[in-house]
Amino acid sequence: MNEFLAKYAFLIVPIIKVAILVFAVLTIDAYLTWLERKVIAHIQARWGPHRVGPHGLLQPLADGIKFILKEDPMPSGVDKIGYFLAPFLTLTLAITSLSVIPFGPDIKPFGYVTNFGIADVNISLLVLFAITALGVYGVALAGWASNNKYSLLGGLRSSAQMISYELALTLSVVGVLLIAGDFSLKHIVEHQDNGSLGLLGWNLFGFSKDGAGCTQIIGFVCFFIAAIAETNRVPFDLPEAESELVAGFHTEYASMKFAMFFIGEYTSMIAVSCLATILFFGGWLSPFPASWTLTHFIPSIILIPFGLWVIFDGIRYETIFGRILLPGVGAVMTAMGVAFFLFPGVTEVIQGPFWFFAKVFAFLFFYIWMRGTLPRFRYDQLMDFGWKILLPVSIANVVLTSAFLLWRMH
Amino acid sequence: MTAPVIIFFVLAALAVLAAVSLILQQHPIHSALSLIVVMVSLAGLYLLMGAEFVAAVQIIVYGGAVMVLFVFVIMLLNAGLEERTNFSKLATFGGIPLALALGGIIAAAIAKSSGHLPPPAASGAMSSTKQLSMLLFSEFVYPFELTSFLILVAILGAIVLAQREN
Amino acid sequence: MVPTNYYLILSAILFGLGVLAFVFKRNIITIFMAIELMLNAVNLTFVAFSQALGKPDGEVFVLFVIVVAAAEAAVGLGIIILTARNRRSLNVERVDLLKL
Repeated sequence: MNEFLAKYAFLIVPIIKVAILVFAVLTIDAYLTWLERKVIAHIQARWGPHRVGPHGLLQPLADGIKFILKEDPMPSGVDKIGYFLAPFLTLTLAITSLSVIPFGPDIKPFGYVTNFGIADVNISLLVLFAITALGVYGVALAGWASNNKYSLLGGLRSSAQMISYELALTLSVVGVLLIAGDFSLKHIVEHQDNGSLGLLGWNLFGFSKDGAGCTQIIGFVCFFIAAIAETNRVPFDLPEAESELVAGFHTEYASMKFAMFFIGEYTSMIAVSCLATILFFGGWLSPFPASWTLTHFIPSIILIPFGLWVIFDGIRYETIFGRILLPGVGAVMTAMGVAFFLFPGVTEVIQGPFWFFAKVFAFLFFYIWMRGTLPRFRYDQLMDFGWKILLPVSIANVVLTSAFLLWRMH
Repeated sequence: MTAPVIIFFVLAALAVLAAVSLILQQHPIHSALSLIVVMVSLAGLYLLMGAEFVAAVQIIVYGGAVMVLFVFVIMLLNAGLEERTNFSKLATFGGIPLALALGGIIAAAIAKSSGHLPPPAASGAMSSTKQLSMLLFSEFVYPFELTSFLILVAILGAIVLAQREN
Repeated sequence: MVPTNYYLILSAILFGLGVLAFVFKRNIITIFMAIELMLNAVNLTFVAFSQALGKPDGEVFVLFVIVVAAAEAAVGLGIIILTARNRRSLNVERVDLLKL
């Protein structure tokens, strides 16, 4: 048995990782919708979902059941191949893009050293860009196959927006590539690991011991703005805004197919946030230098009080179900925090993914915060901004970074 | 039958099926989708050969920009289904067998010359991106600058063509 | 390792299918796509030989071919749009007189 496992480990381990990743991503997507509705509601001085479970926590479950049970009508006159292919393509590409992202340093379960992502290719950044480039088809096909004027307009506008901002996206990353010298995302993170510099070694600030780093603040700002436009989020969401074009390219899609677009959009949001943390914010590296070993207990320091607060809040909740569920969740969190504190081996393993997910969560919160705060661009303003401002600034970033690096090398 | 050969046959079969589908489809948008499948399977073949940068560029530029252009034009022009016209019987019954015979002769010639081609070198050892860029900017810098000029001319041409007559 | 012949035969088949599509289809955009298919087949030959000889020169040529194909697609599709607007048809058999 052990020889069989050892011989085929290179097949079995990725399959297990894929299963874990798909399950985790779909759950995170569902609760991301919950988080978005709550945060936007609180920004707008209202409650958001709070009936369906304690604090609305079962709302995604209710939404999922609704999507499955609702009728899925197919309008007559649609182009069948395009109509069925478009949501499938969007969802598949979005989830595939998560396969090359390293979520932490190499881990060793049962003595088998493996990458903390699914695939460790040495062109992972290019793979991500290729998948982003192919994502335009989902939108364009959906708009056209729906046999509907508003869908076609929304689809064409959205895909034109996506290919325009894709240029700025890829160019703003070239600065990071010049510094790291490699396309592999894992090597880019490892390059930002400057031992005692911690936070300052990240590509955002760009200090490094051998002077081979340059600050990438301009690159980061360009990347993030272009990424928001790529994922069709506010303030760039005119093609799917409700007040403008009914619902843009997914007007004619209902229940399950609409859910696929929806999940695809949130998953690409997660993928882009992961990419931003890896490229500019040090990925799984802690902001504190490695010599400050007390900071390894930060996950426990956060989890234990938060768990206790959830317990205390849950005991006095309105519904009986809430009074059972919330203290249970809080107790699990407190137990996890105490376990991390007591077992130092577990704390070491948890460090990388904890910081990675904390940074990704910060980016997702920023995305949602912007949705609640900013008005949207008009379409011609959007295209002007992409071509006339963002693209030249990205090119200027490439020129400045390479000039700086050349100057430093002498 | 080692793993690379199996992968080659899978990707090659996909490419040929998609190319045949390009011919047989009636609506140009389905032909465009078939061509995208051909390009992605060719990118897979480039990866199999160890040319990773070319594979990525193929998908990003060819599959993600050029074909998007085709798809946009098909959508904007509202290209309908192909019309039936009468093929001359001679072209169908004489031409296709002759074309297949020509293809067979070329394939046989290639297959017979297997002794003269150098054996494939270890993949990936030669074609790192760094080597490619060293070559591109030292030995091929003149064609490189010319292609950038070509793209500029194409952009200008497209803008001039798109202007309305005032 | 996959012998280089296999790639060359596949490239020849794809090129032949491209020629077939070019000759038999009547929609100008489909004919254009057949040209792209032929260019792709040639790219495959370039990369196959680049791998066989162990030099990256073939891949540099592939990059140039891709760039030229992109530029050609842009200008060609512009011309197609204008012609289609004037003659109101995408059928090449309708474009057989200089007079509209």
